[in-house]
Amino acid sequence: MTRKQKRLALIGSALGVLALAVGLILFALRDNVVFFYGPTEMVEKHVGQGTRLRIGGLVKTGTLTHLEGKSVKFQVTDGKADVPVSYTGLLPDLFKEGQGVVAEGALDSAGVFKADSILAKHDERYMPREVADALKKQGVWKEGETAPAGAPK
Amino acid sequence: MIVETGHFALALALALALMQVILPFWGARAHDGRLMATARPLALTQFALVALAYAALTYAHVVSDFSLVNVVENSHSTKPMLYKISGVWGNHEGSMMLWALILTLSGAAMALFSRAIPPRLLADATSVQGLLSVAFLLFILLTSDPFVRLDTLPIEGNDLNPILQDPGLAIHPPLLYIGYVGFSIVFSLAAGALIGGRTDAAFARFIRPWTLAAWIFLTLGIAMGSYWAYYTLGWGGFWFWDPVENASLLPWLAGTALLHSAAVMEKRDSLKIWTIFLAILTFSLSLLGTFLVRSGVLTSVHAFASDPQRGLFILGILVLFIGGALFLFMLRAPTLTSGGLFAPISREGFLVVNNLLLTASCAAVFIGTLYPLALEAWNGSKITVGAPFFNLTFGPLFAPILILAPLGQLLAWKRGDLFAAAQRLFAVAVLGLVAMLGFYAFQGGPAVAVIGAGVAVYLMVAAFAEIWSRVFPQGFRRRANAFGRLTGLPLSAWGGALAHAGLGVTLLGLAATGWGVEKIATIHPNESFAVGPYALQATSVDSGEGPNYREAIVHMAISRDGKILAKIDPSKRFFKTRQMATSQAGIVTLNLGQVYVAVAEQNADGSFDARMYWKPLVSLIWLGALVMALGGSLSLADRRLRVGVARRAKLPAGVQAAE
Repeated sequence: MTRKQKRLALIGSALGVLALAVGLILFALRDNVVFFYGPTEMVEKHVGQGTRLRIGGLVKTGTLTHLEGKSVKFQVTDGKADVPVSYTGLLPDLFKEGQGVVAEGALDSAGVFKADSILAKHDERYMPREVADALKKQGVWKEGETAPAGAPK
Repeated sequence: MIVETGHFALALALALALMQVILPFWGARAHDGRLMATARPLALTQFALVALAYAALTYAHVVSDFSLVNVVENSHSTKPMLYKISGVWGNHEGSMMLWALILTLSGAAMALFSRAIPPRLLADATSVQGLLSVAFLLFILLTSDPFVRLDTLPIEGNDLNPILQDPGLAIHPPLLYIGYVGFSIVFSLAAGALIGGRTDAAFARFIRPWTLAAWIFLTLGIAMGSYWAYYTLGWGGFWFWDPVENASLLPWLAGTALLHSAAVMEKRDSLKIWTIFLAILTFSLSLLGTFLVRSGVLTSVHAFASDPQRGLFILGILVLFIGGALFLFMLRAPTLTSGGLFAPISREGFLVVNNLLLTASCAAVFIGTLYPLALEAWNGSKITVGAPFFNLTFGPLFAPILILAPLGQLLAWKRGDLFAAAQRLFAVAVLGLVAMLGFYAFQGGPAVAVIGAGVAVYLMVAAFAEIWSRVFPQGFRRRANAFGRLTGLPLSAWGGALAHAGLGVTLLGLAATGWGVEKIATIHPNESFAVGPYALQATSVDSGEGPNYREAIVHMAISRDGKILAKIDPSKRFFKTRQMATSQAGIVTLNLGQVYVAVAEQNADGSFDARMYWKPLVSLIWLGALVMALGGSLSLADRRLRVGVARRAKLPAGVQAAE
């Protein structure tokens, strides 16, 4: 092999891998990114059924009902809008009425958000950060307050 | 008094670090051997002082000195001793202290074990290391001082976050930090080489032991963190592609690429500029990880903006060091003589492919981690980039490495014979395919699991093909002196083979997750459940009291064909001080797989809701990391490649070696 061919082979394989990486990343970013909405945003944006997304807010007090098996129904609220959520499975340790929650799933044809996972993660204030931001956006929780009314500290 | 001594020692260490920046650097410019020789005592004393400060903070935690804000916020008098000690690094200030401790330890290690490194390079590298110390000690003293006192003493502390009260988390951060910060030595040496403007193949030899050591610890640290998440979070997951996890994976990928490119630089005096770039990149990614985890930017982009002091400081450090190093790189790289080009079909050719794929997969993880932050800062939309993204990008970019790694090992330097190498691997590839068929016949299940497991078998066996071909260079039939050749093999050959095999072991564990069984049910006493091949029966329910918690325990017996094999006691702990509950999963390892049970809070009728899993071969995920680390250690122990062998005669006349 001549020097030129060697250089071409090197540059060619580098460009090949680079193009593959860029292509994969762009493709994956288009289809595999999940948006996060608060209940108000969700109502405003008219999210269609079947679109995967995360919603977050507080579990509205008095709406948690246990159904047959391991199924539960509750409403997620940010004080302005409520979204009904159904979920089958074990709820995380910190799941309670009045508590912050993040659910991932999609709307079904009846307008109920069918969650396939309820996030157990929480920061030190026991409030998922997306929820805190969503609540701040709706003015339910102002910066500086330790926790919104109704949520345990 | 002890606390004030520690505080003072920290400030004194900062002063020494400043001297360490100036004196050796000046000495290297003025060709003054005595000034350059100050590097060693300065680095050692600095380490001793930071260690003293760290010990003082640990002492305050151990005796529950509630006059310190840091102790009040993160400790409790009833907390077990192990967590009083590990609690020191279980919070922001303390973990930065640990960072500084390991940074100065690295500086001291570099100064101690560097007889082979030319004094000018060592002097420049030490002063870069000193600059790192200055930055982080300033950060601690100005924004994250752990020695702040309280005016009014509380009677009791707030306790450590219960999730962090765990032996796994006691050991995970030190391992990870030694890995992260260990790369600072490699960074400093690269920056030193750029400042001096001279690099040769020997440079790869200088950085090799440090890169390997840091890589070993980083590997162990990541594995430990993953196992901790697996058994504490109660979800049975071991990797969530969480930004915090990705932050540790990034330097691991870059560091792995560095290990391989340094081999090319050492053997062929080529890829020099690239190797130096990787050395800078690896530690830059460690710094980025620290920024992501420590600045609060992950908790909330807005929190970062509204309480910017710490975040901006780390961002400043990040910009200073990464930007500075890259600027230096830009300035100097063109003057470095680039090595010769080489044939694509050769060991170095395949190592280049390895480097391309590793850096590309590193870039994919990088973008997946930072894109959501960038997007939120840009227009406020919140997105999650989760497993699907990484499976689709990281997966295809990393997968070829698994197939090509054994092939590359079999190729000779300069010019390899791809056909001969492929021929040698043919039998192993067939074995992999047979394994796939076998897994499909006996386990069935998803294609990803079957293919992954087959590739894993191939990788584990093929990793030793190089050793085989060196012991039996003319085939198995003509095996005279084979034993002599076997015992004569350098440790580094075994190290490389083991590290690759370890990757195969991990891959097998990952693939086997596809055959796992999950069952969610309500457990009543004496009820029995079939989970995979096992029957789980709750024998009794109990309650207990720990030093700072109370717990409800479910005793369960695991049996197969009516024979009881093991007992587990998953429990739910409730920590009073923090009003927080944690799940203690009940885990038992059976045939390398694990039965995993996590229970939720007790229901009103005395029953428990539980998650029960059978995870076949799951322990291989972490055992593989141990094998990789073992391989790295064997390589590190190879006498031929230790620093300090030969190269002494090259010292410039008139300059004394920094003994």
